Amino acid sequence: MKILVPISKVPDTTSKISFTDGDSKFNEEGIQWIVNPYDEWYALVRALEITEAGGGTVTVISVGDATAEPVIRKALALGAHEAVRIDANATESYQVAKEIAAYAADKGFDMILLGKETINYNGSEVGGMLAEFLGQPYISLASKLEVNGDTATLDRTIEGGVEVVEVKMPFVASASKGMAEQRIPNMRGIMAARTKPLTVVAATGTDAKTAYVKYGLPAPKSAVKLVDPENMDELVSLLHEEAKVI
Amino acid sequence: MSVLIVVDTKNGEVKKSSLEAAQYGAKVASALGGEAVALTLNATNGEVLGTVGVNKVLNVTDASISASDPQKVVAAVVAAANQVGAKVVVFAHDSTGKAVAPRLSAKSGAGLVTNVTSLPDTSNGFVVTKNVFSGKANAQVNILSDEKIVSILPNAFGVQAGEGSASVEAFSLDVSGINSGITVKEVKGGNSKVVPLPEAELVVSAGRGLKGPENWGMIEEMAGILGATTACSRPVADIGWRPHHEHVGQTGVAIRPNLYIAVGISGAIQHLAGVNGSKVIVVINKDPEAPFFKAADYGVVGDAFEVVPRLNEAFRKFKAANG
Repeated sequence: MKILVPISKVPDTTSKISFTDGDSKFNEEGIQWIVNPYDEWYALVRALEITEAGGGTVTVISVGDATAEPVIRKALALGAHEAVRIDANATESYQVAKEIAAYAADKGFDMILLGKETINYNGSEVGGMLAEFLGQPYISLASKLEVNGDTATLDRTIEGGVEVVEVKMPFVASASKGMAEQRIPNMRGIMAARTKPLTVVAATGTDAKTAYVKYGLPAPKSAVKLVDPENMDELVSLLHEEAKVI
Repeated sequence: MSVLIVVDTKNGEVKKSSLEAAQYGAKVASALGGEAVALTLNATNGEVLGTVGVNKVLNVTDASISASDPQKVVAAVVAAANQVGAKVVVFAHDSTGKAVAPRLSAKSGAGLVTNVTSLPDTSNGFVVTKNVFSGKANAQVNILSDEKIVSILPNAFGVQAGEGSASVEAFSLDVSGINSGITVKEVKGGNSKVVPLPEAELVVSAGRGLKGPENWGMIEEMAGILGATTACSRPVADIGWRPHHEHVGQTGVAIRPNLYIAVGISGAIQHLAGVNGSKVIVVINKDPEAPFFKAADYGVVGDAFEVVPRLNEAFRKFKAANG
């Protein structure tokens, strides 16, 4: 079994978000970078579980400059067998998907597993685009994945429930919570990661379809109005008359 | 320049998130001076789209063309967009939009923006605002390609239905040549009367402050009185007190209800990221220093086990008086 796991470098979940250059760029000062949690906790860990049980290799791939290498090493420390970095400054999902598809096209991966979205751009785009570029089926928002021979059974999350689908390999799936449990790399894994192969591949180059023009922060909330815990009728009437939400 | 809205259904009825997307598409069409056409997937009530300004409905009547098999939906969207000359395609950013819109973008080369929270500004390109950093910030994005795809964040606009009825035409398409290899074995849930979290207008949520899963009765009771959907914080889902699908926050579900009531949740930055799109936030916590109070509209400092039963009683009285 050959599994490809695309990973993305994102700011740590506790990061304070701010912008520079006239609100046109994300302010990276003081930011700790991590592997996108959906890529790491669910897609990568499930891929490792599958190869641990049935044999095979897990390749992680990331599109970005050399600053992505520490998080790529983290994925190797968790147990991925090899890593690829496509040396491109992609600004949107379309370019990322196109680059990964160009790399994966002739490598014979049985499945490509990635997180359902990144926690910085929240696109939910790369998986579906990648599937289309490769002409493969796409199962989005999968919370469970079991392999049986050359097919897989997945739970696709739909509003208020799940749809159980069977699909023949190769395919692309995006992982959501429930697919696996987060792992912590151990010392042996961290040591081994230093010598695992990390191949840098040149970008094919694709023009962007979209351009980020400007960023902003939500308007600050006005101060909280405290209500006497003995007087819940007052809270209900505030919600009805002032806030008009019930 | 016409606008095509992809409308999904549940048990034949137009999904609420799709109705909202249709309303958005109708507004875009009228701004561009074109027609708003909806492509409905096996709808029995497509005419309802007229209430949000859709002019014409093309209804696919082939059960195999569903979001479970995005390649077939993409084929239908491409055929419909060609037929009506659509330059803009609109989706709801729900499970259907997430499955189909990216494939359509890759197939057609049209730029896609998801999680959209504004109508396009066409004074200098086609610029829409989207949520980024899990709701901690927003970004204005210009779609550079001639054809454009937008996917609308559910509940960002709300539905303001008026009068009207759209004409529905059958739209037939041969998809027998598309073999994606996907078979649906079973659908679990999805038909319950409870409004799914991303679409919910009222959400009642609780966290570790409730001390144990056995104490959720009063939270479910509140949800029952209000017709709200229940949710929880990440620690509570991780220790198995509540199911994972109830986890709201940065790594769970992001929600934008009209009212979010949080009980015994301290308000870590990751939780706030998933809920700060809520219009009104009520926080009930016994710790007056809980960071959540800074993000709240209304706060109650008190013991949940005393405050919640009192609040439930007050809600019940209010419902009895106001229907």
